[in-house]
Amino acid sequence: MKELVVLSGKGGTGKTSIVGSLAALAEDKVLADCDVDAADLHLLLEPVVRQKQEFWSGQVAVIDQEKCTQCGLCPELCHFEAIKDFRVDPVSCEGCGFCRRICPVEAITMKENLSGHWFVSDTEYGPLVHARLGIAQENSGKLVALVRQQAREMAEERGAAFIISDGPPGIGCPVISSLSGAHMALLVTEPTLSGIHDLERVLGVCRHFNVPALVCINKYDINEENSRRIEDYCREQGVEVAARIPFDNIVTEAMVKGQPVVQYNGDSPVSRQIKRLWQNIAGRLAAN
Amino acid sequence: MIISVASGKGGTGKTLVATSLAFSLKSRQPVQLLDCDVEEPNDHIFLKPVISQKEAVCIPVPKVDEAKCTHCGLCAEICAYNALAVLPDRVMVFPELCHGCGACSYLCPEKAISEEGREIGVVEWGDADGIDFVQGRINVGEAMAPPAIRQVRERANADGLVIIDVPPGTSCPVVEAIKGSHFCLLVTEPTPFGLNDLVLAVETVRELGIPLAVVLNRAGGEYNKVEEYCREENIPILLTIPLETRIARLYSRGVTLAEGMPETQELFILLWDEIRKILDEGTGSLKR
Repeated sequence: MKELVVLSGKGGTGKTSIVGSLAALAEDKVLADCDVDAADLHLLLEPVVRQKQEFWSGQVAVIDQEKCTQCGLCPELCHFEAIKDFRVDPVSCEGCGFCRRICPVEAITMKENLSGHWFVSDTEYGPLVHARLGIAQENSGKLVALVRQQAREMAEERGAAFIISDGPPGIGCPVISSLSGAHMALLVTEPTLSGIHDLERVLGVCRHFNVPALVCINKYDINEENSRRIEDYCREQGVEVAARIPFDNIVTEAMVKGQPVVQYNGDSPVSRQIKRLWQNIAGRLAAN
Repeated sequence: MIISVASGKGGTGKTLVATSLAFSLKSRQPVQLLDCDVEEPNDHIFLKPVISQKEAVCIPVPKVDEAKCTHCGLCAEICAYNALAVLPDRVMVFPELCHGCGACSYLCPEKAISEEGREIGVVEWGDADGIDFVQGRINVGEAMAPPAIRQVRERANADGLVIIDVPPGTSCPVVEAIKGSHFCLLVTEPTPFGLNDLVLAVETVRELGIPLAVVLNRAGGEYNKVEEYCREENIPILLTIPLETRIARLYSRGVTLAEGMPETQELFILLWDEIRKILDEGTGSLKR
């Protein structure tokens, strides 16, 4: 079983649209949406939820106002500035429990925190593991790790050949959590200076965690000079540019219809590029 | 006055709006721009600041003095993040798991633990042709964005206008970047993904009790559900930017809209006037 994660650094380059199409093209796979705080893949795959589970993670401090003597020790020692007027701001609290331990009158307790939910669903294209982090919650990295673990268990049970996961933007905690230990990363970029800058950083993260990467330039014809710069850069770095997808409004049209673009219009130049991209990826994953 | 520019979904145009707003207002009043997307900061590409100073972002991690340590195990017991493991003859520290709460060093009965800074990124500032510019950047491979965001926020000049470019998503980095703002602009696009993530972003910003309004970018298609949602939720759309190849090309070259098409500066000045009007009237969309 081989796991592919789709990343980009910069948001909005087309990760989810491409994953939706790979979902339609790949056979014998389990899908995972690792973007747990702004998940969109379900909008293309129309999942029917089979299983919904709570994600309890971390703790939040609570001050018992009756016991509290307002001595001032906890706001002084809290490194996260989470205690104001002797009340805990649950958004700032990181659940370390320092305040509970130092409170001289034992007025502070730690309460388990329901941080979100995760789901196992059926889609037309196979099973999907996805999640929803609660509003303004922490621990997105842990929830991503949970989604991947569930996807892996399911893939093993079914003897699936692939796991395809849609990753979050950025390079921080949830990205690291979706990348580490995967077999390959597909980096979707766009020919803008911001896209190039962010690609360089996310490629650095792949190197850091020893995950081989392939690059796909989306909307390559928006700025062909920049597309050539990306190709030159990738050549220098020894990274293959596996697809050049043209800008086409049918990608948005397909999204509005709630369909992967290869399903909506399989003969379009966009769809043809994505099909070749998947053949390339599948071949590489089988070989490595 | 602090205005944050956020979105939920990545790639909707936060950077475009934040940099163009700063660019349009700089000749009328002092403007500071804080790029809080410390995973993938892009504002510098558009504003080309001359960086004059920088400081490291460090988080305190425990350093154990083995000469004093009795291996009692208390530190490992109290650490909520499993960043310490006590063996019979030594203590192992896992700095990448440490959140820097300070509990272990304060509570160690032998005073054998001190806090040592571990560098995870940098905050830089300087002048961008009349804009007071600050950005943060975490090192590739680092997971924790919030400490870098906090440090960027500390440089906010409370007297003037501060514009914050917020990272995508709805979890802890977003909250860290937005909280304490007087107003939040949510940039979205008229697509199902744009709408889905806008709804999540609105929930997040309302949770923080900050008045908000929407900027609709790449407008002009048939999909009108974003407008419908905003009407139902009583959220004003303060600016609409059309889907135009010319704008996309400018962006791809790292030129912000207000600079590349100076006639649009008036629109950003109007946007700022509208925000001020909403704040003066106290009618910002606080409805829950």
